Amino acid sequence: MKRWFAFVLVLVVAFSATPATAATPADTLVMAWQFDDIITLDPAEIFEFSGAEYAGNTYDRLIGYEVDDVSKIYGVAAESWTVSPDGKTYTFKIRNGITFASGNPLTAEDVAFSLQRTVILDKSPAFILGQFGFTADNVRDQIRAVDANTVTIETDQAYAPTFVLYCLTATVGSVVDKKEVMAHEKDGDLGHAWLRTNYAGSGPFKLNQWKASELLILDANQAYWDGAPTLKRVIIRHIAEQATQRLLVEKGDIDIARNLGPDQIKGLEGNPEVRIHSSPKGGIFYLGLNQKHEALQKPQVRQALKYLVDYDGIANTILKGSMEPHQAFLPKGFLGALEDKPFKLDPEKAKQLLAEAGYPNGLTLTMDTRNNFPTLDMAQAIQSTFALGGVKLEIIPMDGKQALTKYRARNHEIYIGRWGPDYQDPHTNADTFAKNVDNADDAKAKPLAWRNAWDIPEMSKKTDAAVKESDPEKRAQMYLELQREHQQTSPFVIMFQDIEVAAERSNVKGFVLGPSFDSNFYRGVTK
Amino acid sequence: MGPRSQTSAQGNRAWRYGRKLSALIASVALTFVGLLFVTFLIGRVVPIDPVLAAVGDRAPAEVYERVRIELGLHLPLYQQFFVYIAKVFQGDFGRSILTANPVTSDILRVFPATLELATAATFFGILLGIPMGVIGAVHQGRWPDQVLRVVGLFGYSVPVFWLGLMGLLLFYGRLDWVPGPGRLDVFYEGLLTPTTGVILIDSALAGEWDIFRNALAHITLPAAILGYFSLAYISRMTRSFMLEQLSQEYITTARVKGVSERAVIWRHALGNVRIPLVTVIALSYGNLLEGSVLTETVFAWPGLGFYLTQSLLSADMNAVLGGTIVVGTVFIGINLLSDALYRLMDPRAR
Repeated sequence: MKRWFAFVLVLVVAFSATPATAATPADTLVMAWQFDDIITLDPAEIFEFSGAEYAGNTYDRLIGYEVDDVSKIYGVAAESWTVSPDGKTYTFKIRNGITFASGNPLTAEDVAFSLQRTVILDKSPAFILGQFGFTADNVRDQIRAVDANTVTIETDQAYAPTFVLYCLTATVGSVVDKKEVMAHEKDGDLGHAWLRTNYAGSGPFKLNQWKASELLILDANQAYWDGAPTLKRVIIRHIAEQATQRLLVEKGDIDIARNLGPDQIKGLEGNPEVRIHSSPKGGIFYLGLNQKHEALQKPQVRQALKYLVDYDGIANTILKGSMEPHQAFLPKGFLGALEDKPFKLDPEKAKQLLAEAGYPNGLTLTMDTRNNFPTLDMAQAIQSTFALGGVKLEIIPMDGKQALTKYRARNHEIYIGRWGPDYQDPHTNADTFAKNVDNADDAKAKPLAWRNAWDIPEMSKKTDAAVKESDPEKRAQMYLELQREHQQTSPFVIMFQDIEVAAERSNVKGFVLGPSFDSNFYRGVTK
Repeated sequence: MGPRSQTSAQGNRAWRYGRKLSALIASVALTFVGLLFVTFLIGRVVPIDPVLAAVGDRAPAEVYERVRIELGLHLPLYQQFFVYIAKVFQGDFGRSILTANPVTSDILRVFPATLELATAATFFGILLGIPMGVIGAVHQGRWPDQVLRVVGLFGYSVPVFWLGLMGLLLFYGRLDWVPGPGRLDVFYEGLLTPTTGVILIDSALAGEWDIFRNALAHITLPAAILGYFSLAYISRMTRSFMLEQLSQEYITTARVKGVSERAVIWRHALGNVRIPLVTVIALSYGNLLEGSVLTETVFAWPGLGFYLTQSLLSADMNAVLGGTIVVGTVFIGINLLSDALYRLMDPRAR
């Protein structure tokens, strides 16, 4: 008995001798973040939110945009550029004095190689560059290093220069170190297998280590051409549980918690040590009304349903700062985004429209709903307001991948879901919400307009015209018009736009949450 | 009996052992193949498209098709299975979609974390569970027994997830007795080169006592929470084994002979309970090794349970199958070990 006690006593002493944690190291940013979606570190393959943020901090791209005003585009690895009079050739002057983590200088050859590599590897995001007519066969001719400081890019048609440039700000435009990558090439894979878990960039931070769904450590690039980051290191821990993230930031064991739910955010209000930092992101929540359904084909029915959603109510009671009402297909932060919100809950008007459409006694509809927060909660709120207008809504809850499979087969009546833009150009959403050139069941392209069987030859032409308009002002106007028409007539009830929220310790300054996931920057952080 | 017959008796015995051993190996191998087959089938019938999981919703049709062929999913099911088995026998578990690493290296990384946690938890369960069971048995039906029963029942019935969050809130959030989630403070992250992957051992080997103490502090709460469950089980079993022993005649004899009550309980009775307890402890240890996913989630503990769950949710079948084999091996290993211990401690089983 005595021996037992002695042993337990020793254990207790050993434990209590360890002081419970202090604040985070002064030269290190410590963050809790759900980054289990990172499946690759190769910029030619990254197509996930967290991966994009990693690349945005560790690689230089040719160009960037101001996070507060995306219409201002500036050079990063490119010092300047010109567009030929026929609008098909872009000539980039590459900046001198950029070095990769390996010590190799960044040259035009690296830039051309990186873009070619994306097209040749043909991973999920390669289509962003493929839109300009590049294929594995022609890309070596279309994208070339003319001399050590000059890269030319030739597109197959004349597109809006803003379109081409915005696409180059995407992760696939990251410049990789050709020598380093090719030194690890295996079986002609252009170093892909190696770069999936390694690093070959020149950005403000460099990779120290990555353990999937566990730990990501970035070290400051002290030789960064535009000035080294203030902090020496960024340590990011994957913390799956939101409540745990909140506890950690309250205790000061981390500087920033990245994945708090509405309830955690609410709970942090009034805590002087923690500040809520939020910024609109590109994700859009919408209802898709399948045009194969007889009732939903009627314009008045579509219109009526848009008057049967309590936009403000859902934002205030369910979303609590994690999304805000937004009713056009271009999210805030994009060129030409429409911020008008013509619809609000109005059951009387909806009833009148339904009567006009031939449904004076209302109708019954089903909605495929992902079994998660906030989708299901939003669906229930929508169910109750639809009922005010005489529309009986039946919610069919299901797993996310199952809902997606059914949606892609066009077997739904109403689908509630989220859409995130692929790159920071208005065409990414216009292309999916407002273009459908082939409404056949076996169509090759399956944009959201197709998934809802919305046959729009006229609007598709307008979308195509907008992507070729060379004057940015005019182009923005075209998108505004397109959205106004879309807002009224489309089978999409666009409801909300994502807001990204980070809870920061009050001493943390300078963390940038940009409009897209690859523009969340750690570089200016001080504490 | 002459020397000749003695050798033949020895030969007989060797032959008998040999036969037992080969039967054992055959049954283990069969168990593995069965395990693989069932896991493989489940992985194929879950309504998640593994290609979609790998390429994402936006991938063009060509990319989708290419990846489907890369993953070998265009082959008929039985061929996929044979291809997989053939690779496994060459020690190749394939690559995880989720982490881009070979599954073997992933498991080598996550398994030690689980091993460390489960071992610490089992220690906790044994250290408190056995005395609790003994005390309960000695005071059967009186208040110490009732109190301990309630404590045990609580450990058995309260969801470990909730217990973990509450534990964090109280001991980390309010009282500051333990550090927060994770295996180490962020400050120590990346300092230690893993040899075994078990931080407590690695840091001790390297003489990094700061890291050792930090790791010990970090493991306390999750191990206690996880161990609470095994404590409940172990104490209940100890109590019933002890009750059985205490009613035996040899106990009465010992008492009549004037042996002190303490020696009667802790030496005579507990000494005999030891043997069945080994099986109980081994089983509960096995359960902790694969059943700690919720604790791992709450405490951001990058272990096998967490890895397996995530892989399963993303239809990352290579990882799921690899993990299943590890769990299977551990279970079979623990069973064999407890059998061996049983034989060692109980002369009748030899």
